[in-house]
Amino acid sequence: MNYFILAYRNLRKKGIRSYLTLLGICIGIFAVVSLITLSNGLKLAVGSQFGVSSTELITVEGAGNGFGHPGSGQVNPLTQRDLQEIEKLSSVKAAVGRVIVAGKIEFNNKVVFGYATNIPSGKDRDILYQQIEAKTAVGRLLKDSDSGKILLGYNFYANKVGLGREIVPGNKVNIQGRDFEVVGIVEKKGSFIFDNIVFMNERDIESLYGSIEEWDFINVLPRDKKEIDKTKEDIEKLLRRLRDVKVGEEDFTVSTPEASLEQVNSILNAITIFIIIVASISIFVGAIGIINTMTTSVLERRKEIGIMKAIGATNRQIFMQFFIESGVLGLIGGAIGVIFGVVLGYFGIMGINNFIGAEIQPQISIYLIFFALLGSFLIGAIAGILPAMRAAKQNPVEALRG
Amino acid sequence: MKKEIDSDKAFIRLNNVAKYYEMGESVVKAVDGVSIDIKRGDFVAVMGPSGSGKSTAMNLVGSLDMPTKGHIFLDGEDISSLNESELAQVRGKNIGFIFQQFNLIPTLTVFENVVLPMALQGVPQYEREEKAEKILRRLDLLDRREHYPNQISGGQQQRVAIARALANDPEVILADEPTGNLDTKTGLKVMDFLTELNKEGRTIVFVTHSPELAKKYAHTIYWLKDGKIERVTKERKK
Repeated sequence: MNYFILAYRNLRKKGIRSYLTLLGICIGIFAVVSLITLSNGLKLAVGSQFGVSSTELITVEGAGNGFGHPGSGQVNPLTQRDLQEIEKLSSVKAAVGRVIVAGKIEFNNKVVFGYATNIPSGKDRDILYQQIEAKTAVGRLLKDSDSGKILLGYNFYANKVGLGREIVPGNKVNIQGRDFEVVGIVEKKGSFIFDNIVFMNERDIESLYGSIEEWDFINVLPRDKKEIDKTKEDIEKLLRRLRDVKVGEEDFTVSTPEASLEQVNSILNAITIFIIIVASISIFVGAIGIINTMTTSVLERRKEIGIMKAIGATNRQIFMQFFIESGVLGLIGGAIGVIFGVVLGYFGIMGINNFIGAEIQPQISIYLIFFALLGSFLIGAIAGILPAMRAAKQNPVEALRG
Repeated sequence: MKKEIDSDKAFIRLNNVAKYYEMGESVVKAVDGVSIDIKRGDFVAVMGPSGSGKSTAMNLVGSLDMPTKGHIFLDGEDISSLNESELAQVRGKNIGFIFQQFNLIPTLTVFENVVLPMALQGVPQYEREEKAEKILRRLDLLDRREHYPNQISGGQQQRVAIARALANDPEVILADEPTGNLDTKTGLKVMDFLTELNKEGRTIVFVTHSPELAKKYAHTIYWLKDGKIERVTKERKK
């Protein structure tokens, strides 16, 4: 006998009051589905912002020591000496100093403010290209012999930086009042930083901004990538000595992509736990709502139970009818929650993409949907156990009286 | 569990059966020491004023209710010793109920109402749908098969109830004031149909408070008063 058809028939006749009690389950499932979809997307987004799949890259940055009074140059920049000493460490294969400068970019009679970064010369150039996996979409990469030439991030080519039209190799772009010739466009990275930046040879940057005395950050390639954590410790030890700071008072940070990802993930996990608690409370309230609805339903349908028993329904069959009906009620709430959760997750990812210029595909997991639906059915069914037992135990004669 | 008892050819036997209800401090003796033997194929009317215990007696025969005292035998089997699940089986397979209030399931169509007792007995889908169609054709209800109970007349609803009672081909049809909610003409049609079923060999027991109806249709009439049998009369039919 098909309990699902019976359940469907009965639920179709139910009033809006019964469906309002589903809000709890609905909101709970909605929260879980949208959150998981969003946080999976966020993790991908964060990963892509590093613009690297090379997980062997260590980044050293200058940072405030937290002890200077406000405005007194909280950031203690990395010096040429810091760079040279890091390069000398035995566990370091190569270290490349990096600067990011802000400037005025003019093209097509339009002006935008953007960022430029340096490309070092010699073997450091190759190391950097390797680290950032630089490949061109069109044109070529910069060479040591290039002067007055630039390499652009993908968004200049895709006309997404506000300069009115796409820039292709051969175009002249005015930066800080000087014309530069574009030699190539870097492949799309899906990262806000990499896709919007101007790459320049170090000499050209120095010609615009003066000689580079301090580094914004230093990219370090460890000699052995399995020993990346040891390399990180070596650098920390060295910089503490050079900059004369104690453990815990560092005015610099040394981070590995994994550690940074972990940090982001741990924040996301904390948010996840919080949402799961909220969702659990909501689902619990929803379950109580279902118990309430089903108990009322059993009372309202006493006569029907009596009729069913008179025509041969066993207690087990009556139990199953109400049990399944309750499960389907939960399933309806869950399905609505899943729909809204998927929609929010999808548009949320789209929003993040827009905001940071990434192109993350929303990860809508079939398993997530399946388990959310299964879970909501089970919650409904479990909430229906007591009312269903009550229905099954009705005395047929009394039930028939209604 | 099954006790085979020499039934003396009695198909339904109530052996000194009593049903008491507790109403606060007092005890209501709805049925008080009733013994009845109904032969297979009999057409029986249970008569009596309201409160005489006729409906309670009917519920006991129909295994909807358990007696406080005494034993009830159906085809030699003591159904007063069965558990709830076994009683449900007895009701589903051997007894067809017809109620004064029709008692159709409002959320199911005419067709589904007739299919339901067979579904409860686990009759395969194809078989039960074919059977339901056959019964509905016999009761001239095929054109109403997709209607819901509230979309058809009282007479039609009672015919659906009869169709449902016939679904599992029971030997006994129990009808509790089957004409009580129908006009005279429709009521007589229902009684004629019960007569037809009786002629097929089914045992019919119906409760009524109308002596005319009892005398016109029943072969045996039990007159109940205050939970006891006052008298039994036999009617000769042509």
